[in-house]
Amino acid sequence: MAQTSHPFIPNSSDQLRNSMLRVIGIGSLDELYSDIPLEVRLNRPLKVDGFASEQEVRSSIEQLFKENKSGSDYNSFLGAGIYNHYIPAAVKAIVSRTEFQTSYTPYQAEISQGLLQSLFEFESMIRDLTAVDAVNSSLYDGSTALGEAARMAVRATGKYKVIVPRNLHPDKLSVLRNYTEPVGIRLEAFGYDEETGGPDLNDLQSRLDRETAAVYCEVPSFFGTLDADVVRIPSLCHEKGALSIIGFDPISLGGLKPPGEYGADIVVAEGQSISSEMNFGGPGLGIIGCRGENLLRQIPGRLIGMTTTINGTDKAFSMVLQTREQHIRRERATSNICTNEALLGIGAAAYLSLLGPKGLHDLFESILVKTRYAIKRLQELPKASVPRFETQHYQEFVVAFKRAPGITSKINRRLLLAGMHGGKSLVGDFPELGESSLLCVTEINTGEAIDRFSGLMTKLLRGSR
Amino acid sequence: MYHQATWDEPLIIEKSQAGKRGHIPTGPSDIERKIAGDLGSAVPMALRRNGLPPLPEVSEPEVIRHFVRLSQENYSPDLGIYPLGSCTMKYNPKSAELAVSTHKLEKLHPEQDESTVQGMLAMLFRLDKILAEITGMSRMSLQPAAGAHGEYLGCLIIRSYHRSRGELEKRTEMIVPDSSHGTNPASAAMAGFKVMVVPSNSEGMVDLEELKKLAGPNTAGLMITNPNTLGIFEKNILEIAKVVHQAGGLLYYDGANFNPLLGKVRPGDMGFDIVHLNLHKTFATPHGGGGPGAGPVGVTKELERYLPIPLIGFDGKKYFYDYNVPDTVGKIRAFHGNIGILVRAYAYITSLGAEGLKTVAETAVLNTNYILSRILASGTYDLPFARARKHEFVLSAKKLYDSTGVRAMDLAKRMLDKGVHAPTTYFPQIVDEALMVEVPETESLADLDQLVEALLGVYREAQTNPELVKDAPHYASVRRIDDVKASHPKTLTLHWNNPTLLENRKVSNEEISSQESKSRLTSPPSR
Ligand SMILES: Cc1ncc(COP(=O)(O)O)c(C=O)c1O
Repeated sequence: MAQTSHPFIPNSSDQLRNSMLRVIGIGSLDELYSDIPLEVRLNRPLKVDGFASEQEVRSSIEQLFKENKSGSDYNSFLGAGIYNHYIPAAVKAIVSRTEFQTSYTPYQAEISQGLLQSLFEFESMIRDLTAVDAVNSSLYDGSTALGEAARMAVRATGKYKVIVPRNLHPDKLSVLRNYTEPVGIRLEAFGYDEETGGPDLNDLQSRLDRETAAVYCEVPSFFGTLDADVVRIPSLCHEKGALSIIGFDPISLGGLKPPGEYGADIVVAEGQSISSEMNFGGPGLGIIGCRGENLLRQIPGRLIGMTTTINGTDKAFSMVLQTREQHIRRERATSNICTNEALLGIGAAAYLSLLGPKGLHDLFESILVKTRYAIKRLQELPKASVPRFETQHYQEFVVAFKRAPGITSKINRRLLLAGMHGGKSLVGDFPELGESSLLCVTEINTGEAIDRFSGLMTKLLRGSR
Repeated sequence: MYHQATWDEPLIIEKSQAGKRGHIPTGPSDIERKIAGDLGSAVPMALRRNGLPPLPEVSEPEVIRHFVRLSQENYSPDLGIYPLGSCTMKYNPKSAELAVSTHKLEKLHPEQDESTVQGMLAMLFRLDKILAEITGMSRMSLQPAAGAHGEYLGCLIIRSYHRSRGELEKRTEMIVPDSSHGTNPASAAMAGFKVMVVPSNSEGMVDLEELKKLAGPNTAGLMITNPNTLGIFEKNILEIAKVVHQAGGLLYYDGANFNPLLGKVRPGDMGFDIVHLNLHKTFATPHGGGGPGAGPVGVTKELERYLPIPLIGFDGKKYFYDYNVPDTVGKIRAFHGNIGILVRAYAYITSLGAEGLKTVAETAVLNTNYILSRILASGTYDLPFARARKHEFVLSAKKLYDSTGVRAMDLAKRMLDKGVHAPTTYFPQIVDEALMVEVPETESLADLDQLVEALLGVYREAQTNPELVKDAPHYASVRRIDDVKASHPKTLTLHWNNPTLLENRKVSNEEISSQESKSRLTSPPSR
């Protein structure tokens, strides 16, 4: 109890408390807890520091974060699932509107039209970009979106095998295992071409059978390759009664063919790059969409629809097909998801509205150019193959070092000393590639920064044995 | 009098005009272009988009006005009381927003070398310790993105535990109370468990005798929240834990209702083996209109070996990623968690400390009981089950419905006219015409009184002028929405690419029906 209240807790002063206790008709706060058995009560204060002023809290966090070297401090070539893109100030202004930011899931649609219309617009834009029929209002992140997509395919087909590319982000594979193994879904991996990095269609076809629920493939691939053969996978799937799940990169759709146009049945993506900063990898924005009525019945999470008021006078928006969801269907729901990543969906709607057709296309092209530029600049690296795969790339590419084991981490350590983050090492997860790392270039990386990087890389590789 | 903004705002695609744009991305320099060479073959033919992507063409001021207008058509806790039961809709302190708006967080990449993220790792390490202390658990995973995601992780850990004992084959059943939140049975089913429902007794608590009948050699665990969704503390919790443990199962704590117990009771001391917290409820992080949230999971010492990787370790000098988790379940999401939410929660906890956290709990319970006392004194709504409530209570408007035909949903809609958010309706399913009220500690006495007036006001109006209530809301951005039409196979509209709808701002039933043949998405979900 206190003379004065805590800033967040208006009724925590003695005086107010006592007057409220009188209304309740009890003498002390303890009486409100009297039904709790003594054995389970905590009879000591928590060992938690605090009760600090706002200024103190702020400076203590700033002090801690001083020890972080951010992408603004360093020249960074890290990607592999989370990307450093420029997020327009207008996007930040919109997602900072506390009417959006602090509200709950729009259960009371009539007073939540802003949220609902924004999310409807998000769903519509992603749908148009991917050329599928429907997109939901978000899942946790790209990896859980893949997990949900695999389960969706299994429910829709009644089959229990899902085939994924060998070159999949290891985190994604681990998440996918956790979303599939408990219900008896078997995962198989199909290989990539050693030279081009593209899907090994022979290997895929040898695995793709009538027991297969779905095949997953990504454009660009985890290695950043643009593989023309991917467009043949959906029809190979359909011949066997399987579904095709395509993972896409939202910005790349500024110039790449929408997966729906080459037959994808389910599309998934990580949408961080079109909605928010990297934030150390979270929150993400899980995107999922699908084609056809059969899959729509199986889609997880919230779907926003456009309708009218009962009196028919106004256009209105609300959550639809809720009987798929856990709050109604409980153990027979299509997923357990409740809280999602809606605010990032609004961010994405704002981002895509701002960039528009020309902006998204230009950004795609800018990244394409910079990727080619970086590859050209690094091509002359001694004793390295850049890019490791002979094909077209977007945003990312693999560099393989023809050196003794340990060189990848050695180089990354040296780069760090010079204020640069090298690529993600692929050594542990893709031993078949030997010493290698995955480099990423976005519109953030200037030509000059790329030059400095390639200059140092050349020096390091020359100097090392 | 309250009246929500109505802008009649068109869809952003309707504002589109050829040639406009709202942002210019940075292009490559001439040198970069030159060295990159001709782009003619930069993308394989088969993967090239035909033309430009179909997006709206709007300028920056138009985009801002569009979304700011829409934001004004959205009620939020920054505008007023939000007594949505089970959701703990607190005010979200603004200091936490400042904590996350720094490039030292925004521009951190999750694959950076440990040495460059020592501040970040230090905070996550501390948060693990703090949340473990608050819950009475041994160690936390900060990975889960939400409560339900934590539940799913919990179910995976329960599977791993039974597998390690060679019992997974037979331990196929997960028990949940009939008052449980939908995510509990949904999470258990997703993890391959058969859901067994234990009924509540006449006091609104788990029926111990029924639980004893259900618990046995096939029991994998019990998922339960305490206080339960009626706001009643399960006083037999130690007995419940004993029954489940003796049967060989594990006890899972759904932390969505933890707010009233902060600093007073810890799940670990109640016998729980696994716990999730909803940071977007108890720890005051904003809910984002549906997300992101965060659902850290804590476990006992014995279960630490199953936690997702990596954990954060500290060797006395440096913080590091700890992959030394012998039987880890692996990962349940990419990277390390919803960091932005975790940082806000850390800021929140620091501003309260042990004393403040306890004050949070006590004041939430005080506020809730203040409202409940005033409602009960009015002789209007019924309160099924026992009187003692913690952070929330569930009223029944069944009597009113029987006499006036006004439903709980109508009352909720009419409350919107009074400048407050409505309570949760029709949950938990064991109460007829349920209105579930939760008022967190951040509400002032004036807010509480306004809520009481709204609850009693709509009750009186239902008796005197039922049509007014059935027709509500009258002062929201739009009148009552046609949810049947919204989900009906003939009128379901999941995207804006629907010419008739765009041409006619006011849409009639006939017009929507005429879309039937054009729309591909016409079937309702199977039952
Ligand atoms: C009692 C209860 N359990 C679980 C959940 C699920 O949490 P989340 O929405 O964070 O997934 C909720 C919130 O909706 C809840 O109220």
